[in-house]
Amino acid sequence: MPNTLLISSDQLQTLIDGLRTQGYETMGPRLERGTIVYGPITSGSDLPAGFRDEQEGGHYRLVPSDPSGLEAESFFRYVVGPYSWKRLLFPPRQRLWRARRSDGGFALEPAETRPHPYAFIGVRACELAALAVQDRVFSQGDFADSGYRSQREQTFLIAVNCTRAGGTCFCASMHTGPRARGGFDLCLTELLDESGHRFLVEVGSEPGRKLMEQVSYRRARPDEIEQGRQAVEDAVGSMGRQMRSDAGDILRRNQEHPRWVDVANRCLSCANCTMVCPTCFCSTVEDVTSLDGAESERRRQWDSCFNLEFSYVHGGPVRREAAARYRQWITHKLTYWHEQFGTSGCTGCGRCITWCPVGIDITAEVAAIRDSERAVLEGEV
Amino acid sequence: MAPKRPKLAVWKFSSCDGCQLSLLDCEDELLAVADSVEIAYFLEASRAEIAGPYDISLVEGSITTPHEAERIRRVRAQSRLLITIGACATTGGIQALKNLRPLEELVGSVYAHPDYIKSLATSTPVLDHVRVDFELHGCPINKHQLLEVLNATLNGRKPNVPAYSQCVECKLAGTICVMVTEGKPCLGPVTQAGCGNVCPACDRGCFACFGPVEAPNTTALSVRLKTLGMDERSLQHYYRLFTNNAPAFREASKDHE
Repeated sequence: MPNTLLISSDQLQTLIDGLRTQGYETMGPRLERGTIVYGPITSGSDLPAGFRDEQEGGHYRLVPSDPSGLEAESFFRYVVGPYSWKRLLFPPRQRLWRARRSDGGFALEPAETRPHPYAFIGVRACELAALAVQDRVFSQGDFADSGYRSQREQTFLIAVNCTRAGGTCFCASMHTGPRARGGFDLCLTELLDESGHRFLVEVGSEPGRKLMEQVSYRRARPDEIEQGRQAVEDAVGSMGRQMRSDAGDILRRNQEHPRWVDVANRCLSCANCTMVCPTCFCSTVEDVTSLDGAESERRRQWDSCFNLEFSYVHGGPVRREAAARYRQWITHKLTYWHEQFGTSGCTGCGRCITWCPVGIDITAEVAAIRDSERAVLEGEV
Repeated sequence: MAPKRPKLAVWKFSSCDGCQLSLLDCEDELLAVADSVEIAYFLEASRAEIAGPYDISLVEGSITTPHEAERIRRVRAQSRLLITIGACATTGGIQALKNLRPLEELVGSVYAHPDYIKSLATSTPVLDHVRVDFELHGCPINKHQLLEVLNATLNGRKPNVPAYSQCVECKLAGTICVMVTEGKPCLGPVTQAGCGNVCPACDRGCFACFGPVEAPNTTALSVRLKTLGMDERSLQHYYRLFTNNAPAFREASKDHE
């Protein structure tokens, strides 16, 4: 089997059917209340065809493509919505274990952690990067999360290269996209022109190769591969934002900077940025008892460094000021993540910008601090 | 011999009764609650009255009359734990709007014989009058949270009642943000979670029924709400809803007078 294949758009259904026959629950982008979320899809017609998104700080609108244009046929011309695949691998709420009072003690029962065989369809390059980040956190460290790891091992990934960038995207400057460079089973590039609606397919794994054996394909011609490369290049060119490559160092040397108070004046501490971030992994646990105290269970749920209780120790929260909480978040993402996990904690997906109700922009905050340094050097201040 | 059940009392001050009803609304769990506590005083459920002292008192309503100000002290004196429930008891409620106008003017405009009315100039939360052991927010309170507070109290643990924003509750539930996708005004970013995501899940902005979040930034939210089209007057009214007398919202509304 050649490395890059070409399939017609109707073969997407064959892929979905093939995965379902293998026992996978196929999950992909769906329209929900004016945005795109990942949920169960059973047919190609579940995909939000002919939509593109407008994204800016604190602003998201899904708009139909021009019905007379080629894009009206497209399956993947929008980029990412509020909820990432994190939701399925690291659920927002989860029971960890249960305990029952017994004579003179208690008996522990582990939670059911039977993994769900999921096939994720339409995983963007920034999201593959985010999965790799969470893999490092949850399954490659000294303390692996067995639930995450077994779920992840049973997950089949069909990536999609972006051929259009959103207004808050900056994956190109984070070197995570818009082209998927691995970590997938199959990777699609949507081609739309007068010759029809087709997909280039790159095979990334043995299970991916096996699945393609059920699909009607032919070897992609060099001009088709070039067309796909150009389409992804268009996404690079239309990228809404960029992050400075020295962001981590800029923040490290500006632990005390007036910008922290400035951003805190705008920040709502609502925690939306961390909830939508595909790499944020913080959680808290709580114990819940039955009314009669005979049973107890421990639950885990997403937490955020923007919540005051997050840093609560005896006597009060460590990061009482919003400035300290914002600084904690951004320096962890862009500076200390490198030391902790060997990569950036940011993949350039832009969700924290779009879904911030007041549109605080991680790239602009870094740029503002850098600009102030330059102003000092040039004697303007 | 079965252990003695703690005695529970439910008290009403100035309020609509909706929060007390949340306890009766615990249909599936009500029998278990009745097994765990002795319901000693709860006029909305039974006319039977067992004399104090009480182990747990749930207090609904705000303090709006001299009589109530005196009665809440008696309730406190005979309660081991006093838990206030609902926006009236924890912030003064919707009726705290009266705090913004001279009492005589209001009473005169409503009652034919104002001289019959013995009211305080303000509607205030219970905490302004007596020591409170726990405040459960909401207009009305969420019955699951009420059960959790009773459950935690009976089992000697801290109640799992979140202090974070409504936005966190939206995101945990997978609700789509109405402010970002539709430009609808929403008080969620400055409001404490707990309602169960009621309004945003029905495609409406949050009305702050659960009161301000732990550290609300109403100034920043107001800037955004103005760009979404709200004028000063609408902003003033927006902060003057069910929890208008919570200090953060009271101050925020004054910024737009």
